[in-house]
Parts: sequence; C-alpha cells; structure tokens
Amino acid sequence: MTRGNRPLSPHLQVYRPQLTSSLSILFRIMGVATSVGSLVLIWWLVAAASGAEYFEMVQSFLGSWFGRLMLFGWTLALVYHLCNGVRHLYWDAGKGMDLPSVHASGKAVVVVSLLLTLGLWVLAYSVGGA
Amino acid sequence: MVEFALPANSKINKNGKKYPAPAGASKTKTFRVYRWNPDDGQNPREDVYEVDMDNCGPMVLDALIKIKNEIDPSLTFRRSCREGVCGSCAMNIDGTNTLACTKYCADVAEGDEVKIYPLPHMPVVKDLVPDLNHVYAQYTSIEPWLKSTTAAPERERLQTPEDREKLDGLWECILCFCCSTSCPSYWWNGDRYLGPAILLQAYRWIADSRDEETGSRLDNLEDPFRLYRCHTIMNCTKTCPKGLNPAKAIAEIKKLMVERKV
Repeated sequence: MTRGNRPLSPHLQVYRPQLTSSLSILFRIMGVATSVGSLVLIWWLVAAASGAEYFEMVQSFLGSWFGRLMLFGWTLALVYHLCNGVRHLYWDAGKGMDLPSVHASGKAVVVVSLLLTLGLWVLAYSVGGA
Repeated sequence: MVEFALPANSKINKNGKKYPAPAGASKTKTFRVYRWNPDDGQNPREDVYEVDMDNCGPMVLDALIKIKNEIDPSLTFRRSCREGVCGSCAMNIDGTNTLACTKYCADVAEGDEVKIYPLPHMPVVKDLVPDLNHVYAQYTSIEPWLKSTTAAPERERLQTPEDREKLDGLWECILCFCCSTSCPSYWWNGDRYLGPAILLQAYRWIADSRDEETGSRLDNLEDPFRLYRCHTIMNCTKTCPKGLNPAKAIAEIKKLMVERKV
C-alpha cells in the first residue's frame, strides 16, 4: 500500500486490548512455547540414548526448581494450545461465533487450562513423588 | 509485514495545542484528538479540547461538530447522516473503532479523556480522514453485484422468504471499515488480505440465492492471503457498530471452500 508522504494512523499504540485479540495472540505465543518445549523433550530423549552420565545431568537440570518451573510453563502452554485449538475447531464448523459465546468460551478456556495444568502436576507429583 | 512501531513520519509529536473550556462552563469533557495537516510538513500531533457539555449534544460526533464550529474550524473529519447508516464518521474512539454519531460521550468514563484517532493502520489524508482508496479497490475486486448466466426473467428475480433470510446480518453492512481496521491481520497484511468488511460483502453475494456465480466467487477468494489471513481473532465482530458478525461470514466462506471439495 503506497502512502506517499501520508502518515500511517496509530494502531497497536491506541487500540484497547480486547479479550478476543489477547487470547488470539496468546494462542500463538503458547504454540511457539509448545514447540520449544518439544525440543526439550527431544533433548531429554537424546540424553537418555547417549549414556547414564549425560542423562543424569539433564535429569538434575530438569528436576531443579528452574527446570520444573519451565516444565510447568510448557505444560500450561501445551494445555492452553490444546483447549483453544478445540475452540477453533468449533469456530471452523461455524459454531459458537456470536459475541457472548466467544467471550464465554474464551474465559472458559483460560480457567480450564489452569485447572488441567494444576491437575496434571498434582497427578505427576502423586504418582512420581517429589 | 508485521511492523509494530509507527514509521518515522507517523510518530505523534508532543507539541499538541490545548484549548481550555470557556470560563463559567460547569460540566466539561476533555477530547484528545489526532491531528495531521498535509501542508505544514510536521508530524501528527494530538490537540486537547475542553468542551462545555451543557451546551453540546450527547454524541461524540456532536462534540466534534461543536469543536469545529466554535473552537477550531481547521479540525477535519467525515460525517453525513448522523444516525449510523452512512458509515462516514467511523473512527477510533476510546480505544475501539466505532461511529462517532452513535457513540455517546457519556460511554467514556467520567474524568477520562475521550481519545479520538483515525481508523487504525491507514494512510491519513488529514486529521481524522483516512484514505479509503485501497479498501474500495478491494471491494471492487469481489464484484459486488448480482451476476447471472441465465436469461433475465420478465420481472424481478424471485427469492423465497427463507432464502431472503440468509441475507440478514449481511445487507446491513454500511462499509464503514471499523471491522477491517480493528483486525491485526489486516494491519499486517492489508495489502493482500481482503479483511472482514470486504469478505462479509463477498459472502453477501455468495449467500444470495439469485446469484449464479458462486463457484467463480469462491475461486477468486481461494488464496492464502485474500481469505486465509483470517485467523478468527474476532476483533471485527467485537467492534462492528452495527452488531454484525463478519467473522461468522468468513467462517461460512471457509466452510463452503471445504464442502465443495468433499
């Protein structure tokens, strides 16, 4: 689009954050985070294949508080991406696209993602121990 | 292309003027308005007007007209019908796109400035007037008229009430472009993505039982950019001042694309 000497009107600078667009950009960010998380999974598998000593190192890193914090973040990213993906599947079928439904399903996805993630971690700790 | 920051010539100067309320005004509201003059070689700025609301109509458009008439005649904006059917006064008010003529000043919280900008991410002609040439060219590209191959009947082309109902929620669109300019995807890819307003119009003809060119209309839209830059962000539906649902219309087009292949 050629503008000549005309200025471009402000956009992100002035547009009030909307629930609709905020959850949408979060969907993309969580998708990227999930991809990074899958690289860590590959790292862990490679470590397991390359010997006890290296695997032990990776295990202790992932088991540290920082490693666990990242794993928790990746769990949340994966679960949010999954839940919001289901929301998009409904939309692709043309369902639930009126504004009240969009807002309700958006809030539901956030709450369900948090609950599922916490649930997964409670399960992980109760099965695997600390 | 995604560019979060404004280009150098578009950044807003801090040297805006301030027009205080007339002495004795008891109830005032402050309007912060985007200004750009093509003739003075300066960057855009924001002027601040304090308006005496005891002598002003209730709508944001009333305030803009009062500012132009009584405070600053150089303020430039489009307006015509003053009742939400022409789409001329579409602008960004208090952070979202809407029509100045149907937006109440009182909807902006007491004590807050009413911030007014042109429709976002558009070339500015002057002040609140965006250049709409590109969106109009995109509108032309979808051939927004009834197309048929069969011979014209002696009288009107008839339609059942049920088929006519399929156009409800589509024909009401006034092409104000609030939706297209609320869409981040249109901000970043508006050169090739048609945007919600044009796609809703495209669907208006696809959904019309009297139109006989549905196939070629879908062919024209089957493109990674023209249609599929819609990522169902839904800002369009959120902001539409007529309460229409462009996102739903786009979803229906996408469904038809799949259905005709299976």
